[in-house]
Amino acid sequence: MKKFNAAALAATATLVASAPAMASSIDETVNALFASSTGWFVNFIFSPFPGTSFPWIVAWLVVAATVFTLYFGFIQFRAFPHSISLVKGDYSDPNDAGEVSHFQALATALSGTVGLGNIAGVAVAVGIGGPGATFWMILAGLMGMASKFTECTLGVKYRNEYEDGTVSGGPMYYITKGFEERGIPLGKPLAILFAIFCILGAFGGGNMFQANQAHAQIANVVGEFPGWITGVVFAVIVFAVIVGGLKSIASVTEKVVPFMGVLYVVTALIIILMNADKIGWAFGQIFAGAFTGLGVAGGLVGALIQGFKRAAFSNEAGVGSAAIAHSAVKTKEPITEGFVSLLEPFIDTVVICTMTALVIIITGQLVSDPETGLYLLNEGASTIQTVDGNSGVALTSAAFSSAFGWFKYVLAIAVILFAFSTMISWSYYGLKAWTFLFGEGKTTELSFKVLFCVFVVIGAAANLGPVIDFSDAAIFAMAVVNIIALYLLMPVVKAELDSYLSRLKSGEIKKFH
Amino acid sequence: MSKKIAVGFDGSESAVGALDFAVSMAKASGSELVVAHVLEWSPYTFLTPIELEERHKRRKEELERAEKAILTPALDKLAKSGVKVTTALKYGHIAETLIQIAEEHGVDQIVIGRNGHSQLSSRLFGSVAGSLAQAASVPVTIVP
Repeated sequence: MKKFNAAALAATATLVASAPAMASSIDETVNALFASSTGWFVNFIFSPFPGTSFPWIVAWLVVAATVFTLYFGFIQFRAFPHSISLVKGDYSDPNDAGEVSHFQALATALSGTVGLGNIAGVAVAVGIGGPGATFWMILAGLMGMASKFTECTLGVKYRNEYEDGTVSGGPMYYITKGFEERGIPLGKPLAILFAIFCILGAFGGGNMFQANQAHAQIANVVGEFPGWITGVVFAVIVFAVIVGGLKSIASVTEKVVPFMGVLYVVTALIIILMNADKIGWAFGQIFAGAFTGLGVAGGLVGALIQGFKRAAFSNEAGVGSAAIAHSAVKTKEPITEGFVSLLEPFIDTVVICTMTALVIIITGQLVSDPETGLYLLNEGASTIQTVDGNSGVALTSAAFSSAFGWFKYVLAIAVILFAFSTMISWSYYGLKAWTFLFGEGKTTELSFKVLFCVFVVIGAAANLGPVIDFSDAAIFAMAVVNIIALYLLMPVVKAELDSYLSRLKSGEIKKFH
Repeated sequence: MSKKIAVGFDGSESAVGALDFAVSMAKASGSELVVAHVLEWSPYTFLTPIELEERHKRRKEELERAEKAILTPALDKLAKSGVKVTTALKYGHIAETLIQIAEEHGVDQIVIGRNGHSQLSSRLFGSVAGSLAQAASVPVTIVP
C-alpha cells in the first residue's frame, strides 16, 4: 500500500509543477507501478485448477451458491412472492413508520451494486466470452440469490445496535459474534481477514474500477484527455461528500440513480423490441454459445468463466458487502431482510445485466465470420472483434448509440452517477471494515477517507486491464472468507427460516396492509 | 356523550388559526381536542448508507424536536382554555395519517388550516386539504 501512496504523492506533486504535456507520462507511471505491485495477488486469486484453465475462485462461488440453493430448498423461487410483499410493506407495522423500511434497505443496497458492473462488466464478459457468457451470467444470478439471502439474514441477526440508536452490521460482526455463539474458533482472525479484503475491495471494485470506467465514458463522449484530470475532479467531489459531510450531493445522487436505472432498462427494452425479429436469433446465440463456445476466446469454459465472474462482480452475492447495507433495516425478524435481499441479484443480474447483453448482441457489435458464423478474434486471440474495436463501457455505449445516437450522452451521465453512487456505498463499506480494524474515531476515519480519494485518482489514470484485474481479485477475496463463514453459520439461518415459515403459516406473523 | 375534535397542527400560522377555531368550537360544544402532528414520511424513498445507519437515531431526535417545538407550546397555550386536550404524533403521509389518527381516537370531526400552496404545486403534488376532504370518514373543516 505504501507504493500507492508514493505514486499518488508523486502524481500530485507533478500535477502542480508540470504542464498537461506531462500528463500521459503520469498515467503511464501510475499504470506501471500499479500493475507491478498488484500482480501477485491477482495471480493467486485467479489461479486455475492444476492442469485446467478453470479458476478455483469461480468454482468456489458457484459451489457455494449451489449449496445454499439446495440447503434452503430453492428459497429464491419459493420465497419470491413473499419477498415482494415484504418490500411493498405489507408486513410492516405502521407504528414503525419513520424507521428504515425494507424498500429503503433494498434500494440502498441496489444502488451500491447496480452500476458499472451492469454496463461495462457485461460488455467485458460478452466481449471475451461471447453471447454464451450471458447464459452463465443469468444462471449465476439466479443461484446467487440464495447466497445473498444467507448473508443478509446473518447481517441483520448479528448486527450491533448502539446506545445512540445507530446500527452496524456485516460479515465482520456475524463472523465474530456468530462464531462465538456457536463455539467455533478463529472468529476474530477470520473477521479481520475479511475486513482487510473489504478495504481492498472498496479501493478496487468499489472505487478504482468505477473511476476508471467513468473516465473512459467521459473520454468517449468529449474526446481523449488524461485520466488523472477526471480522477482529481471525482476525488474532490467524493472528498466533499465523505469528508466534508456534503450530504446534499449524496442525497441527490441517491434519488437520481434509480431513475437512471429505470431509464436504462426501458431504453434497452425499446432497442430490443425495435429488433424484435432478432430476439429469437439472439437467444439462439446465447444458448449455443453457452454450450459450444462458438469458437470464442477460451471456448465453452471461457464463456462460463466470464459469465460467472461478471455476475459475481455485478451482484456481489457471496461477497458480503450487501450484508453491511441491509443491516440497518427495522425488523424483528432477521430472515425478512434475507427474503428482501434475494431480489437484489435478480434485479441486478437477471434483469439489468441481461438487458445490456441482449442490446450488445442484437445490435450486432460482435464481428463474426460471414461464412462460418464463428466470432472473429482480435490479435492475441483474447477478445472478440467488435465493430469499432470497442471494449468495456465503450462497447455498451456503441451498442445503445447504434439505435439512438443521443443515448451515449444519457449513458455517460448514467455511468458517472452510477459510478459515484457505487463509490459512496463502497466508501461506507470500506469505512465499516476500517473502523472494525482500527476502532472508531475522527483520525482513523479521516485517514481512510483521504486514502479512498487518492485511489479515485489512481483508478482514473490507470489502464483498464490492471485495474479490472485487481478489482476482481479484491472483491473475490472477500468472498473467500465470507463464504467459509456462511457455510459454518447456515444452520442458524435454517433455524430462523423454519421458525419464521411456521409462524407465517399459523398466522402469528400478521399482515398489516 | 362527549365529542372529540382532531386538529392537524404543524405550528404554522394557518395551523394556529385552525387551532383557535377548534378551541372555540370545543368550548361551545363541550368537546375534547386531539392535537395531531404528522411528520411527513414515505417508506419508498432513497437514502444513502449513512442515512440508513442513522435513521433510528434521527427518528428519535425528530420526535423529540416535534414534541418540544410544536406540541408542547400548543399544549401550554391551551392549558388556560380549560378544554381537555390529548396529542398525537406520527410519521406518514399527512392526509392518510390524520385520517388514521382520527379513527384511532374516534373523533367526530377534523379541523385543519389551509396552507399557502400555489395552484400549480397543489395540482402537481396534491394538497393535504384536498386529499383529506376526499378520503376522511368524518366532516373536515378547513380554516383559511
